[in-house]
Amino acid sequence: MLKRKDILGLSDLKKEELELILDTAESLREVSDRDIKKVPTLRGKTIINLFFEASTRTRTSFEIAGKRMSADVINISASSSSTVKGETLIDTARNLQAMSPDVVVVRHASSGAPHMIAEAIDASVINAGDGCHEHPSQGLLDLLTIRQAKGSIEGCRVAIIGDIEHSRVVRSNIYGLKTMGADLVVAGLPTMMPAGIEKMGVDVAYSIDAAIKGADVIMMLRIQKERLSNPLFPTEREYSIAFGLNSKRLELAKKDVVIMHPGPINRGVEIAPEVADGSHSLILDQVKNGVAVRMALLYLLAGLKQGDN
Amino acid sequence: MAKQKQVLDALGVQRAVTRVAHEILEANMGIGDLALVGIRSGGVIVSQMLAREIKKIEGLDVPLGIVDITLYRDDLSAGTHHPALRSTEIDFSVDDKKLVLVDDVLYTGRTVRAAMDSLIDFGRPKMIKLAVLIDRGHRELPIRADFVGKNIPTSPNDVIKASLEGDIGVDIIIND
Repeated sequence: MLKRKDILGLSDLKKEELELILDTAESLREVSDRDIKKVPTLRGKTIINLFFEASTRTRTSFEIAGKRMSADVINISASSSSTVKGETLIDTARNLQAMSPDVVVVRHASSGAPHMIAEAIDASVINAGDGCHEHPSQGLLDLLTIRQAKGSIEGCRVAIIGDIEHSRVVRSNIYGLKTMGADLVVAGLPTMMPAGIEKMGVDVAYSIDAAIKGADVIMMLRIQKERLSNPLFPTEREYSIAFGLNSKRLELAKKDVVIMHPGPINRGVEIAPEVADGSHSLILDQVKNGVAVRMALLYLLAGLKQGDN
Repeated sequence: MAKQKQVLDALGVQRAVTRVAHEILEANMGIGDLALVGIRSGGVIVSQMLAREIKKIEGLDVPLGIVDITLYRDDLSAGTHHPALRSTEIDFSVDDKKLVLVDDVLYTGRTVRAAMDSLIDFGRPKMIKLAVLIDRGHRELPIRADFVGKNIPTSPNDVIKASLEGDIGVDIIIND
């Protein structure tokens, strides 16, 4: 049983906790393959998706996960929330708490916003992405996908390529993968590499070719146009030539390499269409696992809730 | 003082399973449309033992599935200890099948209620019957077994320990 109220990041989750979540998610995958894709487990529980940032995949995934377990799921997006009328984040959270939700799923452009909400309310909080900080459910679904493809995460060589600095997916993945014993290398343009990244226990490569040589898993990151005020590279075409994954480059990796991407993909920029749609790609498996991982988180937080934790 | 007493030895378990297998085939008039579903975790081994007996008698494999009732429990939020969630494995269509739900010990009936709800979410079986190795009484729901290996009268404080792997046998631990 998970003895914590909130899931705010993978940095403080122990190996046993990660394994419990992954094992639970593995068991829950079967529910999505049924004709009747619903189990009564979270009947009577209320889940609020509080999204201050645009999201389709993550919000839909949490909503489907909650509904497949019979919870009531309510979506609140920034444009319809009272923050536009001047309410503070904490006031919004306290008002939601007054309506007794069991879990609040928060996405916010500011790092730490979900942590602030978690301290202010009694309901469990799941971080669905905060600024450039963490995106734990994405990290967990990546762990699950790698474990399925490779049997075990321990000892896997994982190359993460793209905008390392602005990616919350990377940080959650680094924490989770390190805890599970993977061997990590990150690569990207120097403008995309945060200072001191090697202190997180990862190798740093400055070319994509060096990073993917001998890799078991290649994780490509999206170029986050919406998050950048100043462009980090001259043109998309140039970026694609320097750091895009194409079938020729793929020959440098191991024969049984798997390709992952948190989505949405920019076809022809960071990943070539023939790679994204090719036999090594696990991009859609990641999405499928996303529902299972989120079902597991909701089940472990809301379904097994005890008075004393 | 707790007293432990064996109520079935390995041979006794085997005889009970053999008889129940015959009874299932007799009631079903053969193996047609029959499928066994073991309830995790104790019922799984009993269902495998029954499937082996049925193969001995009829020469055919009967479809065999596993149901995990964790997602259907009525006491999830009660703060009691729960075994880890495992998956349900039913790789055949339950529609129009004559399902026999199998468990090791029948007690309150709540597990069976959860298992039936789970099976119905997989389709519409023609019927669901219940086979158990041990019926110890004390039902809390209107549920009874169609096939029983052995009835053992107990008090609610007693513990029934069914060991079905290795050193096979069923023991009762009487707590006064």
